[in-house]
Amino acid sequence: MIVGIDFPPISHVIEWPALFLKDSWFEVNKVVVLMWVSVALVFAFFYAASRARKLVPTGVQNAGESVVQFIREGVILQTMGAEGLYWTPFLLMLFSFIFVCNIWEIIPGIQMPVNARIALPLFMALLVWVLFNFIGIKKQGFFGYFKAMLFPPGVPKALYLLVTPIELVSTLFVRPLSLSVRLFANMLAGHLLLVSFAVITATLFTLKVVVVIWPVSLALLIGLTGFEVLVAVLQAFIFTILTAVYIGGAMHPEH
Amino acid sequence: MSHLLLAAQDPGELAKGLTAVGRGIVYGGAAIGPGIGIGIVVGNAITAMARQPEAAGMVRTTMFLGIAFTEALALFGFVLAFIISG
Repeated sequence: MIVGIDFPPISHVIEWPALFLKDSWFEVNKVVVLMWVSVALVFAFFYAASRARKLVPTGVQNAGESVVQFIREGVILQTMGAEGLYWTPFLLMLFSFIFVCNIWEIIPGIQMPVNARIALPLFMALLVWVLFNFIGIKKQGFFGYFKAMLFPPGVPKALYLLVTPIELVSTLFVRPLSLSVRLFANMLAGHLLLVSFAVITATLFTLKVVVVIWPVSLALLIGLTGFEVLVAVLQAFIFTILTAVYIGGAMHPEH
Repeated sequence: MSHLLLAAQDPGELAKGLTAVGRGIVYGGAAIGPGIGIGIVVGNAITAMARQPEAAGMVRTTMFLGIAFTEALALFGFVLAFIISG
């Protein structure tokens, strides 16, 4: 409590009361509902974009095509090459879904990013983990995949003592952990940042003398909201591009 | 001074204060290295883009990858700071 600023504890900021199925494993709260709405929105957007296709795109089709083009040319061709175009639908859905889940953070009246709870990022990271291991084993064979992963060629024999454990831990354990924690922590940090500045702005407004610095705080709050739009896009992009890199690495052994 | 003495007599308050200090140290320490690292990554990417503007797309993609890997360490510290409980 400094000059009457009372920050809410973190559990008040990210935990929501159950709407139904209370105290069971399938408890439904605001975050779950937002996740369902995100699925519906992404589906509706791409359905509307592809329903009446025209040679010269207009409206929704224009927006849909620019997203597809961004995934094809900004993500896949930069990391996996032309062979990776098979994965366009998967990466497109991953990007769109994560972006819509993130952008709830700044929609007035909702202001809760779905990815600020670990469940969804962790599930998606585990999905990617299963996927790239499956592809690696399918494309290179079980022993070929682990040989390429654990014994990268071009390393002096004695260094394998050091390299092999590091590669094992970094590929099988750190990859899913960092993939999920990166998305989760970025959205949680952004959410807490906006909460902090909203609380400071509201408190300063009620004070008598200090009210002169209230506009500065309000301007920062608005600026940070714009910054969070950037973070929402960037985190969706980074999750997608890392998925593309992992899948591309599993298709072709490093050499 | 009397406040300090009072705090020292109440072990619960002392533990809460030390937890808060520990959280600050954990996140502050975890942010030093990634801060320097992201600076190096972005600085070199800008140099590369200025020298070869036609390769800017490829450099930007690689730059975001480098930032993502470097930033992960700071985020582990951020999460750890919340996990610490007094």
